[in-house]
Amino acid sequence: MDFISILSIFVLACFVGYYVVWSVTPALHTPLMSVTNAISSVIVVGALIASAAAGSMTSKWLGLVAVALASVNIFGGFAVTARMLAMYKKKERKDG
Amino acid sequence: MAEAAVQQPAWVLLAYLVAGVCFILALRGLSSPESSQRGNRFGMLGMAIAVVTTLITHYVDRICVTPPNDRAAAARYLDWCSQGNLGAYLWILGAILIGGGIGLVTARKIQMTAMPQLVAAFHSLVGLAAVLVGAAAYLNPEAFGIAQLPFPVGSGWTVYAPLSAVVINPVSRIEMGLGVAIGAITFSGSVIAFLKLNGNMSGKPILLPLRHLINLGTLAAILILIAYFTQDEAPAIFFTIMGLSFAIGFLLIIPIGGADMPVVISMLNSYSGWAAAAMGFTLHNSAMIITGALVGSSGAILSYIMCRAMNRSFISVIAGGFGAVSSSGDAATIDRPYKRGSAEDAAFLMAQADQVIIVPGYGMAVSQAQHALREMADLLKSKGVRVKYAIHPVAGRMPGHMNVLLAEANVPYDEVFELEDINSEFAQTDVAFVIGANDVTNPAAKSDKSSPIYGMPVLDVEKARTVLFVKRSMGGVGYAGVDNELFYRDNTMMLLSDAKKMVEEIVKNLG
Repeated sequence: MDFISILSIFVLACFVGYYVVWSVTPALHTPLMSVTNAISSVIVVGALIASAAAGSMTSKWLGLVAVALASVNIFGGFAVTARMLAMYKKKERKDG
Repeated sequence: MAEAAVQQPAWVLLAYLVAGVCFILALRGLSSPESSQRGNRFGMLGMAIAVVTTLITHYVDRICVTPPNDRAAAARYLDWCSQGNLGAYLWILGAILIGGGIGLVTARKIQMTAMPQLVAAFHSLVGLAAVLVGAAAYLNPEAFGIAQLPFPVGSGWTVYAPLSAVVINPVSRIEMGLGVAIGAITFSGSVIAFLKLNGNMSGKPILLPLRHLINLGTLAAILILIAYFTQDEAPAIFFTIMGLSFAIGFLLIIPIGGADMPVVISMLNSYSGWAAAAMGFTLHNSAMIITGALVGSSGAILSYIMCRAMNRSFISVIAGGFGAVSSSGDAATIDRPYKRGSAEDAAFLMAQADQVIIVPGYGMAVSQAQHALREMADLLKSKGVRVKYAIHPVAGRMPGHMNVLLAEANVPYDEVFELEDINSEFAQTDVAFVIGANDVTNPAAKSDKSSPIYGMPVLDVEKARTVLFVKRSMGGVGYAGVDNELFYRDNTMMLLSDAKKMVEEIVKNLG
């Protein structure tokens, strides 16, 4: 992909982000932060490439440490978000 | 010179795109609590797609180069070049298991009141991971496809062996420099935010002399170095950028006080996104770019919402020092008459009411009063009292903090209202029950032009027939360092006690 295609994706994604985030209900702002935290750990892709690649051993080790750090975030972030979201309950209607 | 970036197959590009779309759906799900859990599962799916795709495409990941027509060299390398990477993958699996295990245990054990600290800690990890990936890319540019080959692609050379003396594309150097700088700022800033939120460090702003000059100078130096990095990729420059960025993250957060933490934590959220986006540019990876843009704008919007809710400009929050004057505020607290009530009085007043609005704040989180509070609300409801909750956007230490705590205590979310939806109701309310909130109820924000919080949108609790204000003692002031006019009003009754103890006593009196 050339730079311009990448830039296009980025700019459009910023707009998507803008509209999607404004539609998030304020009551869920804390889960929003924890889930964005989890998904920003997609940086693990870079860490995996570094760990898998041949060549510099230092680079490999840095990659492995980054994989571990990002994994804390991925598993921890999604799990804590799921835990929070499971707590949001509607009023029990007693009619019927 | 030509780029060594090996063109990725179409299915790989598509897979990363699908992962990106999953992340968009994850955030989209948060528009209502009903769809939110499905959204979260989309997020997990996206992450799984991105990770598996990367692992598949990099299983055989050896860039090997031989000159044209050198069949002997080609044969020598061919075997080595096509070997799989099983050994490396076992290490990766180990790293994922260790990290994932720590993450899962933390997520299960963490108390909901400690969520701001946890989020700050998680931000710091994303930041550090970005720095490490940047450093790894700097040390092994061929692996990341950002190296320039010393010969044009298609000139007959066969790529088989690792190259020595490769140079990194200048554009990639800018992206890498930015990614590492933002990652480092996110890391050190989040560490300070964590220490402040966790109470390991005073929430009071720490003000260094000449701090604005130092900060601006450091930021300028980082930008100049990144520009110079395109000309000279010496390690000294790369690591100076990294070091200065760690320093500036630290310097930027120490002068910011506890009350501004909701802004800081959203801002760091935003930074972690931009760091991921910069790395996505380096790696030409659409999933990372989409995610980075989503997270970046999410954090930026949350910062904006928080600033608006405090009527402060983003710049003034970043400049820090808010609330620093509060330490000298003791002299200003003159003895003014106020009404003090007991749990018994409070129980009686609320039991007689038609409608009670509960206004929770950070104090509720500190004393873990949310469960007792819900018990109180249940008893009131059984007596035919309507109970609602009013939440100010900056109540607590992070956006939505109070909502999570109330949800934890099984308060139905349709009883919980935002500032603008409930503010007009206070006038028709018998009792406003303020628990652990202070500045967000201060009527001075509406009338007193000299007040530091003038212009901040506040909850109109004073319009309720009676205000019950739970507070530890009369001495302390809110984080803004201003006295609250509300305490001395005729219709205010102060309930001076620990929030949880007070609510438990009210529950006893109601029972």
